[in-house]
Amino acid sequence: MFKRFCSSTAIAVLLIHSIQASAADSGNAENAFNPAFSLILSGSYGNLQRDPAIPATGFAMNPNPGHEQGFNLGESEMGISANIDPQFRGAATLALDPAGGISVENAFVQTTSLGDGLNLKFGRFFSGLGYLNEQHAHAWDFTDQPLVYAVLWENQLGEDGVQLKWLAPTEMFVEIGAEAGKGRGFPGSDRSKNGSGASVLFAHIGDDIGIEQSWRAGASLHRTRRVDAVSDAVPDLPGTVGGVSNSFSGDSQTVGMDLVWKYAANGNFRNSYLKLQAEYFRRKENGDLTYDTAGTNVTDTYSVTQSGWYVQGVYQFMPRWRSGLRYDRLDPGKAAVGALNAGNVIADHAYNPSRITWMLDYSPSEFSRFRLQLAHDNSRQGLADNQIFVQYIMSLGAHGAHQY
Amino acid sequence: MKKILYIIFLLLFSTTAHALNIFTCEPEWAALTQQLAGDKADIYTATTALQDPHRIEARPSLIAKARRADLVVCTGAELEMAWLPVVLRESGNSRVQPGSNGYFEAASAVRMLEVPTRLDRGDGDVHAMGNPHIQTDARNFLPVAAALSQRLMQLDPANKAAYQQKLTVFEQQWRAALAKWEKQAAPLRGVAVVVQHKGFPYLSNWLGLREVATLEPKPGLEPSAAWLSQVQDTLRQHPAKMVLRAAYQDERPSQWIAQRARIAAVELPYTVGGNDDAKDLFGLFEDTIARLLKGLQ
Repeated sequence: MFKRFCSSTAIAVLLIHSIQASAADSGNAENAFNPAFSLILSGSYGNLQRDPAIPATGFAMNPNPGHEQGFNLGESEMGISANIDPQFRGAATLALDPAGGISVENAFVQTTSLGDGLNLKFGRFFSGLGYLNEQHAHAWDFTDQPLVYAVLWENQLGEDGVQLKWLAPTEMFVEIGAEAGKGRGFPGSDRSKNGSGASVLFAHIGDDIGIEQSWRAGASLHRTRRVDAVSDAVPDLPGTVGGVSNSFSGDSQTVGMDLVWKYAANGNFRNSYLKLQAEYFRRKENGDLTYDTAGTNVTDTYSVTQSGWYVQGVYQFMPRWRSGLRYDRLDPGKAAVGALNAGNVIADHAYNPSRITWMLDYSPSEFSRFRLQLAHDNSRQGLADNQIFVQYIMSLGAHGAHQY
Repeated sequence: MKKILYIIFLLLFSTTAHALNIFTCEPEWAALTQQLAGDKADIYTATTALQDPHRIEARPSLIAKARRADLVVCTGAELEMAWLPVVLRESGNSRVQPGSNGYFEAASAVRMLEVPTRLDRGDGDVHAMGNPHIQTDARNFLPVAAALSQRLMQLDPANKAAYQQKLTVFEQQWRAALAKWEKQAAPLRGVAVVVQHKGFPYLSNWLGLREVATLEPKPGLEPSAAWLSQVQDTLRQHPAKMVLRAAYQDERPSQWIAQRARIAAVELPYTVGGNDDAKDLFGLFEDTIARLLKGLQ
């Protein structure tokens, strides 16, 4: 009995030693070469008064990512990243669709040793335009994206292509970047052809004001050519029940501006902080619209300028607790419709969709968060909607650093 | 006219041709670098003593500073994990990436304490390489200074003699100060303390303090009311003399326990700049020991 006790103690001691050794010199262990692996688990409950499939007034030819009703497993996100060699770093984010299936959200390689302020990224990545576009869903301050991101970028513009950024060697943060891509995400139309299907230019400047405040401002320009972009269930002037299908081909150019400002007493973000941000996007589309492709099928010129903005504030009033308020507004613009379609296509909606959203979130630790969100949605004319969301976001494994 | 142009030319070059541009993560390493490099370096400090070094935003200004740095001096051991990787990556500066000569981690020069035997987030925000708050043990500055000075000489060989001389002076002064502090701190040996965050193992190890309880239920988690009353129970059985917290930490949990357990709440500067007396490295430890001794009374 005593012998047995001794031997098991010895084994236990040995085990502890080997664990200690492996933790201490993890640099030597083979699995130290394994990439950083992370998994985001998220889910939500949504209570809506209106059908989320109804698009915002005047934006029926734009995407409508909408919301999910009832209990809903959000996208679980799997992230893998590591240095490939002294020159490159690779990162991939795979989204696990609740209905089954995996989609590649990000899969890119970036350089780590170009120097001189240059950063080259290639593969599939979130475009560097705007402020929110590069942020992954688990880092959002609300359960959903602002309306302007939903209708103009289908929540987030993902691109297959190349991005080159250059940071100026100045006292102030001054960064410029350019992207050329396939035009995979809306408003691109993802064609197989030589050359680039979409391009982006962006510039950021930023700095601190004393030790308590910091800010970043940005401007961006996105250009693409849309070919045979089909939209269904578009309301028309004759009032066709269920709407019609239209097809648009033409140039699309979007300009954007963004501003973020953060404040924390003594610059200590642990206890409390305030973050204010605003973005504005304006898209001009110019080309030919084919009305009712399944029926009348009339093509004539069509051009419209759509725009939208949001402003939001998030306040961490005590450790672990944050509250936020956001106001969204869209302008569908007045379209210039060619004479052939003047009696078919709605040119002026005379309505500005808007929404006001409040959220409260609680983070038991850095790796978990629960959120309650209430929204009063006036994005659809005559169909005001009061929305309630409850959400959880949990992160397992490696927890990468967050961007500003 | 020619003379003025010549002066402008000189001014331009004297500002751009100065030696090393150094980005330090925490004030203690800025102070140490200042001791070791003097006017040979232009030093920037990314954080202040009133900021939690775990939770810093990867601000544009930090990225801009890292872009122009010749050397980055940080604690390492994952202390800056939440922001430094983004800052370095976005800086596009190949000289200061981890693994290159321009990247220095102080933790690599000292023996780490509290290296976890298992890695599980259920244990809170633990660091795989051990507790990163190495600057609270004054003895740690000797090996860090030697390693850092070596790095300065490597990056700026032209001034090697100057760095060597500064290191010798620092080591001499520091050894003398260490002897003085250890003598002053003798009454602290064996004294039971409560800590707010697991941020003082090196200090306790150095001065012989005995940590009987921690106000954070797990590293990085905020103290809850239920947990604090549990700590109060522990203190009834194992009375402590004082509760320690760093200058950047919320004072409420320590005040709460100090009032109920009738012990002293001691705010330590934790790093250079943590209070008006902790102006440099020497002031930091003089003030730390003075405050601890005062807590004893």
